[in-house]
Amino acid sequence: MWAAATASWLALLVAPGDVTSILLGDGADTPEIRAAIAREWGLDQPQIVQYLSYLARLLQGDLGRSYTLQQGVGDLLAGQLGPTVELMLAATATGIVLALLLAVATAGRGRWLRGAVSGVQLAWVSVPPFLVGILLLFVFSFTLGWFPVSGARDTSALVLPALTLGLPIAGSLGQVLREGLERAQEQPFAVTARARGLTESALVVRHTLRHASLPAVTLAGMLTGSLLGGAIITESLYGRPGLGQLTLTAVTSQDLPVMMAIVILAAALYVLISTVLDLLYRIIDPRLRSA
Amino acid sequence: MSLVSIDDLRVSFAGTQVVRGISLTIEPGECVAIVGESGSGKSVTARSLLGLAGPGSRVEASRFLLGGENALAFGERQWRRVRGRFAGLVLQDALVSLDPLRTVRAEIAESLRRPGPSAALAPAGSTRQRVLDLLTAVGVPEPETRLGHYPHQLSGGLRQRVLIASAIAADPPLIIADEPTTALDVTVQAQILRLLAERKAAGTALLLISHDLAVVASVADRILVMKDGLVVEQGSTARVLGEPTHPYTRRLLAAVPSAASRGHRLSDGTRVTAERPRSDEVVLSASGLSFSYGTRTVAQDIGFVLHRAETLGVVGESGSGKTTLARLALGLLKPTSGTVTLLGSPWSGVTEKSRRPLRPRIQVISQNPLDSFDPRYTVARLVSDHRRLPEERIEELLEYVGLDLSFAARRPRDLSGGQRQRVAIARALGYRPDVLICDEPVSALDVSVQAQVLDLLADLQAELGMAMVFISHDLGVVHHVSDRVLVMKDGRVVESGEADDIFFDPGHPYTRELLAAVPGPVVGVAAIGE
Amino acid sequence: MAGVLAPTPWAPRLGARIVTAQLFLLLLALAAAVPSLLTPVDPLQADPLTALAPPSSEHWFGTDHLGRDVLARVVHGARFSLGISLAATGLALTAGLLLGLAAGLAPRWLDELMTRAFDVLSTLPEILFALLVIAIIGPGTANVVVAIAIAQLPNYARVVRAQTFVVRRSGYVEQAVTHGHRPWVITTRHVLPNVLGPLPVLATIGLGTAIVAAAGLSFLGMGPQPPAAEWGAMLSEARNYLRVAWWEAFFPGLAVTATVISLTVVGRRLQRRFEGRPSERGVG
Repeated sequence: MWAAATASWLALLVAPGDVTSILLGDGADTPEIRAAIAREWGLDQPQIVQYLSYLARLLQGDLGRSYTLQQGVGDLLAGQLGPTVELMLAATATGIVLALLLAVATAGRGRWLRGAVSGVQLAWVSVPPFLVGILLLFVFSFTLGWFPVSGARDTSALVLPALTLGLPIAGSLGQVLREGLERAQEQPFAVTARARGLTESALVVRHTLRHASLPAVTLAGMLTGSLLGGAIITESLYGRPGLGQLTLTAVTSQDLPVMMAIVILAAALYVLISTVLDLLYRIIDPRLRSA
Repeated sequence: MSLVSIDDLRVSFAGTQVVRGISLTIEPGECVAIVGESGSGKSVTARSLLGLAGPGSRVEASRFLLGGENALAFGERQWRRVRGRFAGLVLQDALVSLDPLRTVRAEIAESLRRPGPSAALAPAGSTRQRVLDLLTAVGVPEPETRLGHYPHQLSGGLRQRVLIASAIAADPPLIIADEPTTALDVTVQAQILRLLAERKAAGTALLLISHDLAVVASVADRILVMKDGLVVEQGSTARVLGEPTHPYTRRLLAAVPSAASRGHRLSDGTRVTAERPRSDEVVLSASGLSFSYGTRTVAQDIGFVLHRAETLGVVGESGSGKTTLARLALGLLKPTSGTVTLLGSPWSGVTEKSRRPLRPRIQVISQNPLDSFDPRYTVARLVSDHRRLPEERIEELLEYVGLDLSFAARRPRDLSGGQRQRVAIARALGYRPDVLICDEPVSALDVSVQAQVLDLLADLQAELGMAMVFISHDLGVVHHVSDRVLVMKDGRVVESGEADDIFFDPGHPYTRELLAAVPGPVVGVAAIGE
Repeated sequence: MAGVLAPTPWAPRLGARIVTAQLFLLLLALAAAVPSLLTPVDPLQADPLTALAPPSSEHWFGTDHLGRDVLARVVHGARFSLGISLAATGLALTAGLLLGLAAGLAPRWLDELMTRAFDVLSTLPEILFALLVIAIIGPGTANVVVAIAIAQLPNYARVVRAQTFVVRRSGYVEQAVTHGHRPWVITTRHVLPNVLGPLPVLATIGLGTAIVAAAGLSFLGMGPQPPAAEWGAMLSEARNYLRVAWWEAFFPGLAVTATVISLTVVGRRLQRRFEGRPSERGVG
């Protein structure tokens, strides 16, 4: 996280364009006002002092102030965090459930079924999330009218965004799970288990699913990144409030403190999730506990 | 009534028959062994007894009776009743044959779970007690503490015992053991074989599958020798080993290296006539060699000398420091203390740059030659090894190792294990080395291929006068090839001397233990050679 | 097992999937190189009178809200999508290769430092990273290329470093040492070629993600600006007319999807061949 903070601060440093100009906005432009603004924001200090004070403030939980919205970045983020977290959780759940269902149902089955499902999964992985969203909108909102087009008023408005974000997860996770299941089913221990008279479904539940979930957990760690990235696009598509909207506004108005805060948030999210997954990994695989 | 009675068993995969009509009967309490090399169809035969011949397999037979019932009519349900309860399966290497993510207790209890006709199956509450009893029965010390252990926490021998416990948990009248000792050290192998013999003594029938005639000799009542999906010879153990009638069985027996095979060619049993010149010139020597990774010492105070044209055998079990010795001799590891001298020049403790000119003088072949080949290279390019050797020289080198120029354009991945090892040898010979380090060069090979490679090495040594350091876990192999021998244990040399002295009159208790553990006896080459 | 040993990699069983994918990519390359060959219509030519016309014999893919021919716009869009993603992948691959090799061959402390840096950077969501870059250097076609390249770079660097690490410790490199070859011979004859080997596979799959990223950024309005015919930008405009003109969104969407799927299919095939595995089972 410190690295992410430093990286984003360094990025700020090399940024072309003058921060003072952004702060100035459309107001009067005189050297006096520029100097005043620079003093107010600490821009007249040497770089290293700026960096250290930035880190110091960060440690106190102060993410700085937005250049354009004239508001604390922390407050801005806090206000928008809720809907995004809600969306990400719903999408993760959707993705995991779908992936599990498909993987267990198709592992080691006939080539026709496997071919069909792997094709569908390939599509889920490949189709960009905004396109999935548009497709879902077209079918379920415009044609069938089941779900609202936009907003975040109630749960029904969450269904399509969660699917949009969850399907790619289901696709790649499902593939990894299925391959893991099939690999595990060919292992000698699976032969031993069958030789004890186990049914195929008992084999999956007691043995192979645990093995298959190991690579899936690794992948899940990598997917968290795409989850936040996808959330930005999904929110924009469905006009949902949340971090996505905030990010886009920040990018277009070059509001770097907000961008930096979001990057730091992403890093924090990553740290949190990888810690959880690490723990999960140890629970699943006893070989890692003693090591 | 026979436990198993099968006639004309045929198993095919995608139209290719791998078992081509064999008959097999097993009486209660009897031990039948199927012996054959890889691809003989022995494992498929064993697994088809459990209805587990494999995905895509097609099993046919004119008669297939298991415990008197017609198994040809079995559906998946009936097969599940056979598995575990009629026959338990023990596979090679329990590290992968036991589920690495589950505890010892869970794995054994799984075999107990289903209610069945055997009244011995206890109610759920006493599962724990039953598992403890089983662990005790297979000789696992401190069974209480082992219950919660995972396979990776156990030694190879204990793992194999646990696997056997899970196979006998439902008290089946038959145990099918497929290469049950193959990955194990020789002393552990002896223990597992003893355990299987105990089960047999207790009345359980055994079907033992192995590539190694010596392994089955001590336990089996009858032996079937399989080759290319057919049984080429069968009979009582004493008869098959003592008076083999089929040429393949004879070749197989003759190919096993041992004390008796010294001075003979393994592949045809003829006596080696050419006398190998022995000289007093020292080509490689080491003294006081130690090596440690951090705090773990893997080699301690090793010393040896190697004379020109001589073979020094290094024997020991896994973890004894054999491979560390090889890497120290090759100058790939820097010894923590001690020195190595090659052809009179310092070899350890000097810069890589000053070692480089001497490097071609000492070459290595290893257990898995494929790892030592750049995956993109053809055989010719590997043998040439960036030196632009003329085609005649490449042809000559390939000829040395019994390959012809048609191999030059092929890639090692498409070759068999024996051919790969030949390519590795040809590449090493290309440098006209004075010393060849052989690190388990035949351990991954079938016995008949092993015989060819060992013969090849002997021929080349006689012709070219190389000195060899021959590292192996297999005492028979080491005795067959070596002039002098080092016995290693826990990173130390416990005994060294002339090969015959070490093997016929061992001084150190560990050497005696190793020799006592070697399965046998196999009637060696003497029976057929001259 | 005979299939594994078959000497010719181009052996018969070319599945329908892979052939279709390759044909589509060929068509796409053609569209990007000489779009006029596939459609004579100007993609920017607006005709308000025929706005939002459904697909017909005259306009195969219909027209958009300004009356522009959707087919022409999709065909011309290939240049943007392919151009942006090829340029970005090329940049990222080159820089990633150099950095990854440098780390893999560097002394341990430098390797540790660089590897840490790659690790940290590659944890950032690609699109967020790209957006951060755009927030700094501003939107636009060239900037999208740079943004995607920078966002993908750490991944390539990581893979190259890992591969370098593996190859350097491989049995054949050690074997080369025992033959007394000099370090540069070993590096140029063994390490480099074997590190480079998997890169075409990686780049093919990376190209797919670059296309998604490019379309995504354009969709968010960061890429080529209107009226340019870029697939993502077209989708972004089209979503406002979804209720009345599905075709305006459907065809550019189809183009993106088909491109990415084709690249994935080809990439996986390359990967399987590279790893020496038999071709995909159970599908064809």
